[in-house]
Amino acid sequence: MSTSPRSGAYRAAIAPAGIVAAASALLLALLVLPVISLLLRVPPGVLLERLRSPVVTQALWLSLLTSLASTLLVLGLGLPVAYLLAGRRFVGKRVVEALIDLPMVLPPTVAGVGLLLAFGRVGLVGRFLAPLGITVPFTVAAVVLAQAFVSGPFFVNAARAGFEAVDPQYLRAAATLRSSAAYAFLRVVLPLSVPALLAGAAMTWARALGEFGATITFAGNLPGVTQTMPLAVYIALQSDLEAAVALSVILLIFSFTLLLALRNLPGRTWR
Amino acid sequence: MLQAELAKRLGTFHLDAALSAEPGKTLVLVGENGSGKSTILNLLAGLIDLDRGRVALDGVVLEDTARGVRTPAHLRPVGFVFQEYALFPHLSVFENVAFGLRAQRLSHAPVTRRVRAVLDQLGIAGLAAQRPPALSGGQRQRVALARALAVEPRLLLLDEPLAALDLQTRAQVRAELRRRLAALTCATILVTHDAHEALLFGDQIAVLDGGRVVQMGGRDELLRHPRSDYVAQLMGLNFFQGKVTAKEDGGVAVVEIGGGRVRVAGPVGEDQVFLVVDPREVTLHLEAPAGSAQNVFQGPIVEMVPEPPYGDRVRVALGTRPPLVAEVTARAVASLGLREGMTVHASVKATAPRMFS
Repeated sequence: MSTSPRSGAYRAAIAPAGIVAAASALLLALLVLPVISLLLRVPPGVLLERLRSPVVTQALWLSLLTSLASTLLVLGLGLPVAYLLAGRRFVGKRVVEALIDLPMVLPPTVAGVGLLLAFGRVGLVGRFLAPLGITVPFTVAAVVLAQAFVSGPFFVNAARAGFEAVDPQYLRAAATLRSSAAYAFLRVVLPLSVPALLAGAAMTWARALGEFGATITFAGNLPGVTQTMPLAVYIALQSDLEAAVALSVILLIFSFTLLLALRNLPGRTWR
Repeated sequence: MLQAELAKRLGTFHLDAALSAEPGKTLVLVGENGSGKSTILNLLAGLIDLDRGRVALDGVVLEDTARGVRTPAHLRPVGFVFQEYALFPHLSVFENVAFGLRAQRLSHAPVTRRVRAVLDQLGIAGLAAQRPPALSGGQRQRVALARALAVEPRLLLLDEPLAALDLQTRAQVRAELRRRLAALTCATILVTHDAHEALLFGDQIAVLDGGRVVQMGGRDELLRHPRSDYVAQLMGLNFFQGKVTAKEDGGVAVVEIGGGRVRVAGPVGEDQVFLVVDPREVTLHLEAPAGSAQNVFQGPIVEMVPEPPYGDRVRVALGTRPPLVAEVTARAVASLGLREGMTVHASVKATAPRMFS
């Protein structure tokens, strides 16, 4: 972030340096203390050893696979939705917007209950799937659906903002160059939005990776099938604190690395 | 040949204009901000819909509200050079120029051939691999022109093509653009708010004010016979094409024009120059005035026309060499006893003419 002269003046005028320093220190301490505590608790040797236990590797792989699958699902379905929301006005647009944002404020357990009621044996959708021999709850598919549900808004909103940030002049130029709307989207809007799309995808992935409430409600906690990393941490906590800490540290390192990488994305500004 | 009748309401602004443009010629739309110039280009390109009217290009009707005909922008044979050029920043110069051809699903070989030809023609083959953000303003303008011309439009639209350039490059790019446009075979419409640019580029000039064409005609007609105060103010200038024949001490150039000579102070550019003299800078005298920094011309008064709307200023056309137009107050006319046919001396300070190359 660059600091413009104006924001500098703003800081000097309104917030005396002491208050800023104190508040920053307190908030950072709140964020850093749990992290440090986790890191100090388990020596690296133990951490590596724990990494090799089957419960941990299973949960790790399951988390990676399901979160990647749900991110891809969100990308595939979210891209057109973001395009729709960025482009035109239509009846009910605000309702769609509110629906898209809903998972961000809804308690994940509520999302899980909702998914269960929709896809369960007697659910709205589930009752038609059951005769076909398809059961969704308490399967890997349920994990992916739960993750997609809670992480979707991150991608849709980021992609939409990316599309909207494309200078409309480029679209006008494309139109005068024999380009249909679809061609212009593929060759102009999409490439210019790549940084926003990457950022949105990374946030979505991180959120899916950390998903707990909706997963345990809708997909249960079956080791090797639906027990993802966050669930494994919770379960381990009941019996084996060290295992729980080891799992937490792995998740922590991964998430932090992802967020850091996000900030170092090629910050391409085209103008 | 373009023929267009355009009506469009945008908020409180109401455009209502009829235009025609010939192949191989440049029509300049000149007017102040908000006069409707850019709106006309957008309507012709199909970027916005007509409320009412008709656009026909080379006998093909592109839009006719009466018959419900409307060709979308991407199917019109129209090229557009935008004010800030709108070059795709993520694509190389080559890909920018190729964009319109690839959008038509042309195969690889003809695209490459056509792009190379256009890049060569505009002298920017060396920039093919560059991206627009790395280019200078003048280079960007050439790429924008190349991109628009690559699809071989029947109508080329340029929206303030010099406005994005700094003053130094502007003069050079202007001369170059003028040569290029003169060589084109398609009809060209150029928008500007600058009267000098209008005179330099326009085979035909349409003066716009408040969404209406207040006068349309050739350069000389607008210069000699502005039909309204607005046109007179905007366009009523003396305009000459000439050649620098000598340079005097103190940075004064001698410019040979139409059988006469004008001494001009200021930096001397190329050989071929254009001079613009505001008629208010032309002073009339009964006796030859003294003073060395002046150009003095002798000749008869050909015509005297009171300026609309009040007639308190009078345009005086002179049979001097070169022919000059002066604008003087009605009081000066009375006190000097000016009348048509009478011989007078007209003086122009060496600092008055504006010189363009």
